[in-house]
Amino acid sequence: MNPENEAEQPATRAERRRQEAESAEAHQHHVEEVEEAILAATETEPVASEAASAPVASAPVAAPAAKAATKAQQKAAAKAVAEGEAKPSADEPATNRVLREIMNGPIVLTILAVLVSFIIGGILIALTNSEVQETAGYFFAQPGDFFGAVWNAVSGAYSSLFQGAIYNFGRDDFASGIRPLTDTLTYATPLIAAGLGVGLAFRVGLFNIGGRGQMLVAAAAAGWVGFSFPMPMWIHLPVAILAGLAAGAIWGGIVGFLKARTGAHEVILTIMLNYIAFYLISFMLRTQGLLQAPGSVNPKSPPMLETAVLPAILGPNYKLHAGFIIVVLATAGVWWLLNRSSTGFRFRAVGTNPNAALVAGVNVKSTYMWAMALAGGLVGLAGVMQILGTTPDGMTSGIDAGIGFDAITVALLGRSRPWGIFAAGILFGAFKAGGFAMQAAEGVSVDIVGVVQSLIVLFIAAPPLIRAIFFIPSADGKLKRRPLRRNSKAVSA
Amino acid sequence: MSAHNNNGVVTPAADAAISEVLEKKELRSWKAAIALGVFSLVSILLFLVFPRHGETGFRWSNKDDLISLPTWNTDAALTGQVVTVLLIILTAVVVWATLKTGTLIPRTRRIIVTAAVIVFAVAFMVAFLAWAMVGNNVPVTGLLLGTVSLSVPLIFGAMGGVISERVGVVNVAIEGQLLAGAFCSAMVASLTGSPWVGLLAAMVAGVLVSFVLAAFAIKYLVDQVIVGVVLNVLVTGLTSFLYSSVLTKDAATLNTAPRLSPVAIPGLSEIPVIGPVLFNQSALVYVMYIVVALVFLGLFKTRWGLRLRAVGEHPKAADTVGINVARTRFWNVSLAGAIAGLGGAYFTLVSVGSFQKEMVAGAGFIALAAVIFGRWDPIRATLAALLFGFASNLQNVLAAVGSPVPSEFMLMLPYVVTILAVAGLVGQSVGPAASGKPYIKG
Repeated sequence: MNPENEAEQPATRAERRRQEAESAEAHQHHVEEVEEAILAATETEPVASEAASAPVASAPVAAPAAKAATKAQQKAAAKAVAEGEAKPSADEPATNRVLREIMNGPIVLTILAVLVSFIIGGILIALTNSEVQETAGYFFAQPGDFFGAVWNAVSGAYSSLFQGAIYNFGRDDFASGIRPLTDTLTYATPLIAAGLGVGLAFRVGLFNIGGRGQMLVAAAAAGWVGFSFPMPMWIHLPVAILAGLAAGAIWGGIVGFLKARTGAHEVILTIMLNYIAFYLISFMLRTQGLLQAPGSVNPKSPPMLETAVLPAILGPNYKLHAGFIIVVLATAGVWWLLNRSSTGFRFRAVGTNPNAALVAGVNVKSTYMWAMALAGGLVGLAGVMQILGTTPDGMTSGIDAGIGFDAITVALLGRSRPWGIFAAGILFGAFKAGGFAMQAAEGVSVDIVGVVQSLIVLFIAAPPLIRAIFFIPSADGKLKRRPLRRNSKAVSA
Repeated sequence: MSAHNNNGVVTPAADAAISEVLEKKELRSWKAAIALGVFSLVSILLFLVFPRHGETGFRWSNKDDLISLPTWNTDAALTGQVVTVLLIILTAVVVWATLKTGTLIPRTRRIIVTAAVIVFAVAFMVAFLAWAMVGNNVPVTGLLLGTVSLSVPLIFGAMGGVISERVGVVNVAIEGQLLAGAFCSAMVASLTGSPWVGLLAAMVAGVLVSFVLAAFAIKYLVDQVIVGVVLNVLVTGLTSFLYSSVLTKDAATLNTAPRLSPVAIPGLSEIPVIGPVLFNQSALVYVMYIVVALVFLGLFKTRWGLRLRAVGEHPKAADTVGINVARTRFWNVSLAGAIAGLGGAYFTLVSVGSFQKEMVAGAGFIALAAVIFGRWDPIRATLAALLFGFASNLQNVLAAVGSPVPSEFMLMLPYVVTILAVAGLVGQSVGPAASGKPYIKG
């Protein structure tokens, strides 16, 4: 049995209790039946459940979370997962077990993954630094020079990354010193929104690589409303935002519709729709009367009207705009939807095991459609943030700025949990803000940020690798890589 | 990858029942008829409602060719009318054949439909070119030559994709393999001065990307699509970083690759139209012919191919008869990386002569689309890649003469066609059964 289900089960069971209490007596029997069937099936289909419950969630990572659950829940869960569960040996001191559980916790493994990625990034920075290469030439004569050069290159790059992302110590007062942090939040805003869209799709077992297309059509729709219809602000801004959301939702909904109706694979559909959106928007941007600024020859739209621009929330000195507040609300909304609503429960049920959900009476096809539309809308929100917040001076076909793809890494890093995505978005926003500062100050190409980001996600996706690097014994006490256990009896049953 | 399970509502028993039904009674499929009907309407609209008047020439050979064919001049409007009538007749034939499903011998019916579709496609293309290029000459040879040039990396990538997916590992990292191949071949070829060493380096680079994909997908059981996507980001970041911090600093020695020049095959290259298109190409293109042939023969005629397909379709069965699933997957994914890496070398060693940031520009994703469009078959995937190459080259040619169709819509065409293909209009695309699913022994 994959221990990861263990984390899922106490949660779903807790929810069941709540739902049971709330729902009328007549429904109770049905609800129980539904969830029993889903849980039974998730146990028998480990492959599907692993992929769906969190695409990169590692098995052991979830284990301590489950242990933290209340005794009663644990007992219920224990029955189902008993076989794969690690049993600490009796003669082992309790401190060792506690330490091991901490070391296998998701936070520690995440921190270690970030650390390893930064070290590899540092090696790359050092290797490509000209001073380091020079001093390496006479390494045996004066090794001190070499290490000094390495230290200068790496610490210089990372400290300018920090100063560009969090706090600039070179400024006199706090107000200007803290500006990098507000930049970070500005960069994080669309990343979080798009990450939520990708993460929501993950939870339903769908892979949304269509961020670019969804962002482009959403930005085009919001931008079109934003520059062509003069209205008072209190109505213009909401209408523009809603237009963008609707466009993104339609672009995502096409994928859900085709997948539900024809069984086409959403990865291919989203990739193809990215290109279609790109060429469609490019065409509209160079055609008078559609999106192109009147009288212009550049493929660019006119600037947004004042009334459609998201206002700055910290005053004109900072770039941070009201979009950040919207994104915080969106994160809370997605959290509520996934964890507290019956729609969210159906989403997760389909994501955990579509066959079981179907048997239990969930309309899987319409769930795919609605989930993709919702995911498209959330990614569309990122496009709206770009056009109405970050670059209101006009839309180009590069408005997505790679956020659609970055969002995938954000969602993976956040383990598809709304607040995890929020934190991951801020981290990657910091990378973005700091990366440009680093390039300007130290001449280290901003592309290194992409390398570090993708390494973080790779390492987080494979906890056994991180454990092997740091010699951390896995949760069952073995130093060896823990094989991902499957309950073979259940599979054959 | 959970998504592969989604349509798995059909139990094996139900599956067997369906195939039984299929054997007894042929299902009537209106897909081909509907598709032809739609294109007939398009041709009525383009050639009859909005005809363009004037002459269009189809130029079959260049001036200095040994055997020179006369340019074929046609009246665009007349061609459009004739072709439209032909298209309507062909549509009627397909409708008739579809209605006769069950009474006609299945094989005969299939031949009729396939032939009708092929004639339809060629006729539509001729009329479309005549319509779009009124007053100009259509350089047929140039059009096809450009098609092959643009398709080469796609075909290499698609072959890598076919092998990898047939063995059960979804290869979204084709883009990364192409890019790594392009980068390493440019750098190594510049340093050594030999494009051949560059080709070797491209293969090694592709294999290295594959190693990461294989290790994470097979050993650590990470979702294969996720690894692929992240690898693309990683390779893009890595090559861009090294490009701006290493290659640009000394471009003369590090990023000035010797190019592979076209080699004419004596005799064959003198054949009109086909000769200059297929047999006056760089060595890498000839390597491509061999690779496609080998992949096709290897997959379907050798023990290696049988084992590979067994592992991709039913790893448990393969394991039961003693095939090491993990090892088979690992080495074949590596092989796929080597082939895709060669495709990357085409960008630097044949097309451009140096590495540029993100120069692959989505070719890997188009190759992936070609794999699915070609239904995981090497020959069909090659044809799909050629179709994509043709569409983008057609756009180039039309843009040069100022075509009436906005170039963006021509560029969009391959992607729309792919969506129609995977959505089942052209035929159901069903991949290898176990593709994307990790295999856990035990």
